[in-house]
This record gives sequence, structure tokens and C-alpha cells, in this order.
Amino acid sequence: MSAVTRLRREDGFAGAGDDFYAALLEAHEGLCDVESAGLNARLVLLLGNHIGDLSVIREALSVARAGVSREGKS
Amino acid sequence: MDGQELEAFAYHTPPEIRGRKGVQHPVVIVGAGPVGLAAAIDLALHGVRCIVLDDNDRVSAGSRAICWAKRTLEIFDRLGVGERMVAKGVTWQVGRVYHRDEELYSFDLLPERGHKMPAFINLQQYYVEHYLVARAAQFPDLIEIRWKNELVGLRQAERSVLLEVDTPDGRYELEALWVLAADGARSAARRALGLEFAGHVFEEKFLIADVRMRADYPSDRRFWFQPTFDPAESVLIHRQPDEIFRIDFQLGWDADTEAERQPARVMERVRHVVGPNVKFELEWCSIYTFQCARLERFVHGRVLFVGDSAHVVSPFGARGGNGGIQDVDNLCWKLALVLQSRAPEALLESYDCERVRACEENIRHSSRTTRFMTPKTPMERQLRDAVLALAREFPFARTLVNSGRLSRPCSLAGLSSIVADEAAVAGSMAPGTACADAPLVRTDGGPTWLLESIGGDFTVLTFAASAAELGRLEGEQRAAGLDLPLRVLVPAATRPGA
Repeated sequence: MSAVTRLRREDGFAGAGDDFYAALLEAHEGLCDVESAGLNARLVLLLGNHIGDLSVIREALSVARAGVSREGKS
Repeated sequence: MDGQELEAFAYHTPPEIRGRKGVQHPVVIVGAGPVGLAAAIDLALHGVRCIVLDDNDRVSAGSRAICWAKRTLEIFDRLGVGERMVAKGVTWQVGRVYHRDEELYSFDLLPERGHKMPAFINLQQYYVEHYLVARAAQFPDLIEIRWKNELVGLRQAERSVLLEVDTPDGRYELEALWVLAADGARSAARRALGLEFAGHVFEEKFLIADVRMRADYPSDRRFWFQPTFDPAESVLIHRQPDEIFRIDFQLGWDADTEAERQPARVMERVRHVVGPNVKFELEWCSIYTFQCARLERFVHGRVLFVGDSAHVVSPFGARGGNGGIQDVDNLCWKLALVLQSRAPEALLESYDCERVRACEENIRHSSRTTRFMTPKTPMERQLRDAVLALAREFPFARTLVNSGRLSRPCSLAGLSSIVADEAAVAGSMAPGTACADAPLVRTDGGPTWLLESIGGDFTVLTFAASAAELGRLEGEQRAAGLDLPLRVLVPAATRPGA
């Protein structure tokens, strides 16, 4: 019986989170809003496929969506 | 003593003006700030004479460096001012990060106990300079500080450096084998050599206010993103001695500098932070724009750049003053060995490569912090705000929140100047890392600390389980021809009587 994988909540970069964030900003450097949104769309598709676990992705989608709609109402 | 009442140091007519000629000084240090004074003391401890030139005759006024990190305090302790600094300073180790009016998380900067020096103290730069001047006076034969002596020209000769100095009595020339340029971000020495100071300005304005008040605030560093009590983008509070608090307000790039610096406006903002019932006085306030910039190399012939003359960073992370003192710690023993003909001049190249690495690390961290605080585009702001929003619930997002990655010693592992470790030697004390402190018991039974015991020289540190083993180790060292102090630690379990 395999345990259901849950969305990771702890640091996944072994302390190198700042490098990840810097790389993310660098990727967006010089893009306009529409281009940046396009980059994010491609990135989500690539990372989603890499994760390949729909239960994890559904959990992430739900957390992400909840944050946006909560902030949209306030 | 406070920021307004600074004693003036006496100016004396330099002997060169009265006609002394032909003296070649081993070292002239330009700048009597914390970095230049620390260098003078460190050289004196190694038996090297120096002259320190300063264009002023007082310690620095106003709000400058305040946060001194553990590694820096350990260096100051070796120089003889660490205990005085800790006694006066406000000790802290916890940073708290808030978003709006909610605490997101806190971090502890002291990962293990049993160190003589605390993780951080806050102490106004004028106190540090005052203590260093007093300490330097204990070396009257080795350190000569010349106040109101301004460097106005500098050129490199074949085997020395010629400095032109201006004083209230006119100009004179000094000759030095080596010059340490510790003359700050607007270094006259750097300008005289025409060196490029490359970097970039962060497009953000900060109001920094030092406020005197009775408040039962904690000593913790407290940082707010988008506080609810003030329109600032962020607010940072540090407690200093004498019931002075430093408050940094992030104003935005478009802020009206003239309007924001009006005392009534500053008082109103401080009132937002402290609430309606606390009495306070404004000690100092100013509006700043920060930049990061550096020299490509820190060694230029016989002129060696230390501290802000070599590199400047934004203040979030306390990497400016701490970086400068760590430059001194790296350089002075090497320069002493070169002057005493115990090492070739090429040794100074290791100062360049080692401190350039530290400078790159300091600029990288402080630039990332500043960028997190000041998103440049709508997408950067979206990402930053998403991190803050997720940080309430998700530990991973807290690791991405960046209000300052506070100064830690740079590891030199992997540089060509550092030997590689042997696989059999385990532990976190790899070659190229700063030695961690530990509590020890002296042979006479008194308490001491590891860093106090090993001092400032090359030291062989070893463990011995018995007197016989100790004798054998000493014999081995003699046989190897090593002229180094040998310090032996005896594990408590094998100590006689333990």
C-alpha cells in the first residue's frame, strides 16, 4: 500500500531557496506583464508535468486558488 | 556621550611640516573609522608600526553602523575592545518578521550555545570608534593617529607609496612601504589612483530615524512588510544603548525627499510606530538611497583597500561594517609577515582573492534582500506578495521571505589559498571556515574560551588523552621543525580528577 503523497510544506531547496527565488526573478527580467504571464503559464505546465502526481497538483491548485480569491474579496 | 557631544581629538603639527625628512614608514593607514583603527591595532599586536591619517578630528556623528555580528565581535575581542563593546551594547539574537500586523515567523541567529560572544550586539559606531581610539593609545610606540590630516594625493613609486597630506599648517609628503586605504565609500585614495568603483544604485529611498525614548520594546530585530500603522512599504526597528531606537522607513522611489525630511513629518511617522502615549525625542534623521559597488581588485600595487573603500552594500543584513572588520582580520597578519620578511609579497594576493569572495557573497545577499523589499515590476511584486501570503501557513515560503540575511563569516573553502581537508577529518570546522568558539577549563582550573586561548597566530590545536601523549605530540612538532604554538585540549573524561 503506498501512502498518498501530500503537497510539500517544508523547504524543498535544502536552504538554497534564495537561489531559486533569484533565478525566478532573473527569468522574468525585461519582460512585459503579458510576457511574464506567458512565462508563468509555461513554467506551471513544465513543473506540473515534472511532478506528475495529480493529487499533489490538485492540492497546490486549491491552496493557490484559495489565496487569490480570499485576497480578491478583501 | 551621545551623537551631539563628541570630543575633539587634538591636532599636532606633523614633524614633516617642521622639517623632518627622509623617514620611510612601514604602513600608513588612511581613515580613522572602525576599519582603519582596527587595522592599526591589529598591526600593533603583530609589532608593526603605523601612522593613521584622518581628515576629521572627531568620531563619526549620527546614525551609521550599529549591528556587530559574532565573528566581528570575536575579532574585536582579539584586538582588546570586544568585552567593552558587549558590556555597552544591546545583545540580541532573534529577528521577527511581520506582514501587515501579523508575525510571520522569527529566526534565531545563535545556532549553538557555549560561545563567548553573542550572535549580535547593537552599538552606535561612535562608541566603537571611541573604544578603538582608547585602545590604540595603549600602543604609543606603534600607533600615531594624525587628526585633521587629509589625504589629497597619492602615487606609487618603485618600492613605496608617496602620499600628499593637507593639514591646518599646510601640506607635506609622507613615504610608506604600504598604504591601507580605509577611507570609506568616497575614498580619496581610490580616486587618486583613478580606480573604477562599479555597481548599481537601488531605486528606493529610506528614512532613517534615531529616536530616544523609554519603551519596553524587546531587543529583537523587528521588521514589518507593509505595516498597517504607517504608509511605508516596510519598517525596521533596532534597539541601541542609551534608550535609542533606530527606525528605518522604506518610503518608495517616488517619495518627496524634501517633504519627508521635515521634522514634523518624521515625528508623525515615529508616532505611528510608538503609539500615542510614548514620549520621544528625535536624535538624528536622514533620507538615504543605497547602492552596492566594489573595486574589481582590493590590492593595487602597494595600496591595499579595506572596508567601504573596497566595497559598499545596502545595510539590510549588516554586511558593511562587519565585512570591513573581517577584511582587517584577513589582511593584517599577512602584511606583518611580509614586512618582517617572513613571507613573500605574493601572500597579499590571498587577501585579494579571499576578501573578494566575501565581498561577492555580501553583495549577493544584500542585493537579493533589497530586491525582495523593492519589487521592480508588477510581476516581481506579485511573486513577492505571494511569498508573504503563503508564509503564514507554509514553512517553505518563510525561507523565501527576505528581510535581511544577517552577516556570517564567509567560507573560503575551495580557494587556491586554502588546503583541502583530509577525508578522515570530519566535522563542521573545515579548512577555510572561521573557528567556532567553545568553553574550556584552563590547567589552573579557571574558565576560559577556545578563541581566547588560541590568540591571533598560527596555532596547532590537538587533543591528548594523557601526559605521555602530550610529550609525544610536542616531540613530533619539534621534529617537524614547526615553530608554532602548540595548544593541547584534554577531553574532560580523561582529565586527571574528572
